[in-house]
Amino acid sequence: MPTKIVVDRITKSFGSDQGALAVVDDISFAVGDGEVVALVGPSGCGKTTLMNIVAGFEKPDSGSIHIDGAPQLKPSKQGILISQHGSVFPWLNVQQNLMFGLNGHACDDKQGLADHYAALVGLQGFESNYPHELSGGMLKRAELARALVVKPEILYMDEPFSALDALMNLRMRNELLRVLAEERHTVLLITHDVEEAIHLADRVLVLSALPARIKASFEVTMAHPRKLSSRYVQDLRVAILRELGVYNEGE
Amino acid sequence: MNKIALAQRLWPALLVAAMLVALWWWLVRATHSVIFPTPWQVLAAMAELARDGTLWEHIGASLLRVGAGFALAVCFAIPLGLWMGWVQGAYITLNPLFQILRPISPIAWIPIAILWFGVGNASPIFLIFISSMFPMIVQTVAGVHTIERRYLRAAENFGVSRYTLFRQVVIPAVLPQIIVGMRIGLGVAWLVVVAAEMIALHSGLGYLIIDSRNAGNRYDLVIAGMIIIGLIGLSLDGMMRLLEGHRLVRWRYAH
Repeated sequence: MPTKIVVDRITKSFGSDQGALAVVDDISFAVGDGEVVALVGPSGCGKTTLMNIVAGFEKPDSGSIHIDGAPQLKPSKQGILISQHGSVFPWLNVQQNLMFGLNGHACDDKQGLADHYAALVGLQGFESNYPHELSGGMLKRAELARALVVKPEILYMDEPFSALDALMNLRMRNELLRVLAEERHTVLLITHDVEEAIHLADRVLVLSALPARIKASFEVTMAHPRKLSSRYVQDLRVAILRELGVYNEGE
Repeated sequence: MNKIALAQRLWPALLVAAMLVALWWWLVRATHSVIFPTPWQVLAAMAELARDGTLWEHIGASLLRVGAGFALAVCFAIPLGLWMGWVQGAYITLNPLFQILRPISPIAWIPIAILWFGVGNASPIFLIFISSMFPMIVQTVAGVHTIERRYLRAAENFGVSRYTLFRQVVIPAVLPQIIVGMRIGLGVAWLVVVAAEMIALHSGLGYLIIDSRNAGNRYDLVIAGMIIIGLIGLSLDGMMRLLEGHRLVRWRYAH
């Protein structure tokens, strides 16, 4: 598997009254082409900052990001960020949102492409609806479809489903796995939900509390579809929670 | 809203209005005032103005001035507001200037308006332009400054052109605020036109009021003019409110 993303010794701190607050501390990792890597860590551990740096929205204080060997200097269509609160434009309908990223594309049939991805995520029949007319789950589908339309090589997903209820969260994970089976994207996923990480990822990196460092790495070798109630998943979950320092033997 | 619900909403306000009219009538009778008119006399005065056509001329003249001044202000303030909101350098350069000019009452500009534009239509149009421009600039700038970053980031992520960024993200995001600014601006414009017409002109609702007083204390016409100004102001605001229900900004009020 060729390497897609190389994160090399990045650090980031923010100024505060008490001096500089280190948020990301010397993080290095690599993501293979088509690999799904999850970063789990406690809330407020600098995960989002790390994601913003990797996706090109923020500059690290030191260290570098390379995508396909080329330095990542600014965000591009090559890697689309999907964040927790979403960024589907409320003033455009579903189809216009999906076609938004296609502006400037030399593409004959933008509408056809948009409709194809709307159908892929189960939004056919809703193309002319506005976001405020959609449920939370449908909004996530629209966001995912809008990202997929531009055929990005990488999906940066920052707590993508954590604003959804548990049932919708599970459904969206299955949707995502179905999409990934069809179009192999490289995925960098940030989550605080260990089960979600095991469900989706090929590899789980555990981050420490602030400043974020990589504490441990777990390969998830189980084939898809993954049975979440299986012994394997449960044991892995316990091991990861223990790394996070939240697992209690008496539980 | 069905008819019964509408009636239920309206009757308290109508009741208060009716009580005020009754009180007014009673006070004029009780004080035996010879100058202050009764509601009936005001109504008769309105009918008289409507019949001989001068009412429509005055209304038309006032609306024309408001229309011209307000349209100029829209064309000037919205692009300027977008620019000031988007370009930090423009904001820090121009904002202090506008913050100083903004609290100056439009009435204070009247002498300068007469000096520059004489006593024709251009003076009130200039005054309306000056006074309705500021709220629209302020609201548009605030609108740009409060665009949520996640939307700008998404646009950045998809690498769209500057044109697309403005047409599909910035302008639609700011449009609800622009409409609020236009509503405030038009309200101010209507206040100012009446004041401006009182001083310099020979037509318009402001002129009607001041002329009626000067030409023999016709307070029935004065009050008729005031009521008409109020009613037209209300309908102008109602028209701007309709814009808030427009398809392009409905998302803002949908929750």
